[in-house]
This record gives sequence, C-alpha cells and structure tokens, in this order.
Amino acid sequence: MSLPPFEVVVTEHGATVLRICRAMVGAHDADDVWSETFLAALGAYPRLEPGSNVRGWLATIAHRKAIDHIRKLNRSPLPVDPPPEALVLGAEPEVGDEDLWNAVVALPTKQRGAVVYHYLAGLPYAEVGQLLDSSEAAARRAAADGMRALRSTVTRETS
Amino acid sequence: MSFERDILTRLGRNSDQSVQALERLHARLVEAALGEDLLDVAYRIVDTPVGPLLVAATPAGVVRVAFAVQGHEAVLDDLARRVSPRVLRAPSRLDPAARQLDEYFSGRRHRFDLPLDLQLAQGFRRLVLARLADLRYGSTASYAAVAAALDNPKAVRAVGTACATNPVPVVVPCHRVVRSDGSAGGYAGGVEAKRALLALETAHRR
Repeated sequence: MSLPPFEVVVTEHGATVLRICRAMVGAHDADDVWSETFLAALGAYPRLEPGSNVRGWLATIAHRKAIDHIRKLNRSPLPVDPPPEALVLGAEPEVGDEDLWNAVVALPTKQRGAVVYHYLAGLPYAEVGQLLDSSEAAARRAAADGMRALRSTVTRETS
Repeated sequence: MSFERDILTRLGRNSDQSVQALERLHARLVEAALGEDLLDVAYRIVDTPVGPLLVAATPAGVVRVAFAVQGHEAVLDDLARRVSPRVLRAPSRLDPAARQLDEYFSGRRHRFDLPLDLQLAQGFRRLVLARLADLRYGSTASYAAVAAALDNPKAVRAVGTACATNPVPVVVPCHRVVRSDGSAGGYAGGVEAKRALLALETAHRR
C-alpha cells in the first residue's frame, strides 16, 4: 500500500474541503483557507500513513486553518463565535443553495462544526468532538441540534 | 429523515461556480507549491498523432513520458511511489516539453533540447539510454549494434530490456532501435506507434 499522487487527493476531496471552508469562514474567505489547507497538506503529505482517512486528515487541517483565519480577523484569542465579518457570504451566491448555506453559516460554531465535520466531511463523532474540544456525546447533540435548525429552514421554504 | 437527505444533497451539490472555483484554486495551489519548492512531480497530457502522451517532470527535468496503452493512472501511481507522492497536474510547468513534442510530431524538430531526470533508469539501462541519444534522426540501429557499441556484444537482451523500460520514450529515441532483420520489434507504446514514429522521421529526414 502506498500513497496515491496528491493530484488524486485534490480531485477527490477538493470540493468537500471547499464546502468545509465556506461553512466555517463564509464564501468570501473560503478560497484563502482552501489554499492554505491544501498547501499545508501537500507539505505534510509524504509523512501521511498510507491507508489513513484522508478526508478526516484534510478536515483537521482545514479546521485549524479556519480557526487561524478567524483569529487573524478578530485579533483576539479563539472566539466562541466567529465575528460577524467572517460570516458574511459573498455578494454573489457562489453556491447554488444560498438560503441553506446562509442558514449553515448562521448556526452557532459548535453546531456548525458538528454538522460540517460529521455530515459533509464524514468524520465519526469522536473525531468531531476532538476538533471542537467537546465530548463525543456533545458533538452528537450539537449535530442533531444543527440539523434540526436547518430542517426548520427547509420547512419554512417549502411551506 | 427525508429532510436530512434533502439538506445533505443540497449542501453536497457542486454548482458550476464551484467547479470553476476548484479549477482556479488548483492553479493557485500549483503556483504556491512551486513557490515553496513542494512540487516534486509536475505532469500534463500532450495530444499527439500517436495518442495522448503523459509527460512528467521533477525540478531536475523530464522524468517520465508514457503512452496511453501504458495506463496513465498506473504511471502516476508509480511516480508517486518511486519519486514522490507530491504529484500535481501542472501544465504550465511543462510548456517547453509540450512545445518541443508538437514540433517533433510536425517534423520540424529532430532533436530534443530538454533537461532530463533519468533517476528511473539505473546502471546498464542508463548507459544504454545515453547511447541512444547518439542515434541520428531518421536512422535505426539493431539491438545487437547498440550492445556492440557499448563494448558488450553479448548484452543484446539487456539492450532490449533497457529500451522496453525507457522511462522517457520519444524524447530518448528507443524507437530507433530495431531487430537485426529490420522489423520494428517491441515498443512500450505498441508496435504501431513505433512504426508511426519511424515513418514520421523517414518523411522528414534531411
């Protein structure tokens, strides 16, 4: 077993990482965080154990880069919630489903992280918990709360 | 549950803008990787009369040329294993190689002027490749003649193996080595491709 060419990693996971970035920092800054994530990943790639969960590995790097980014914007220690300017989606809806994405970005940090890392990145709740500094059970609850909030957005749309 | 599926489908969808954004981000990644010396293997596909050729380069030079019949995916996997897994599609990095291949296939170029990285050929095989560079455009030599020229007349089979495993075919002209009876002999790109290259060179020989 050996590592596939990094190009395969970009092709297979580029879109997922972009969704993570959009959810965590908004569409406007997502490109910067995506770029920082993949450049860091490329640097560390030869040391990755073959057969690792690549998507989880990338999600971890993307999370760190998103936090760094938010911290830079805020010029203060790790915020409980990202500052408003980090939450503004780009003027043009780069992602088709603007309302739904706005709803994701508007979720409290823990819920947003739990939904993104569990549902979009496919990480088990134990790893989601580690990323968000909470327990597995808390991550599971946050994801459920987040999905419930999104569900009400969808319900409002269709009613 | 159907709400959940609907939400996830919608969040997971790639819009046209996303596809464009990913193209742009890929190009930006290549630039950044070059700037940080993290692009160990760059590659692109060049369309030619003998089918799409994969061309790959390290910072030292062209390290691999491969025909479609060799399986481009398998060749990239091999590069990741033997050279470095830091492999990215980076067309601009291979502009000179692509241009020279275009010129070669239109008959205007008789000799490649590209830095080569022959790390994938070792020992005797590498000596054979160095010798092949002396074979003139439009000429051929037998496997036996190449072996003799290397002061190793018994190594006919080894010369054949060196040609068959040439990591940079076309650029290092192993297609100019043929059987003693004048028939083409085997070729990594298939015997049809070998005949096509020899015919091209015969037609444009000065």
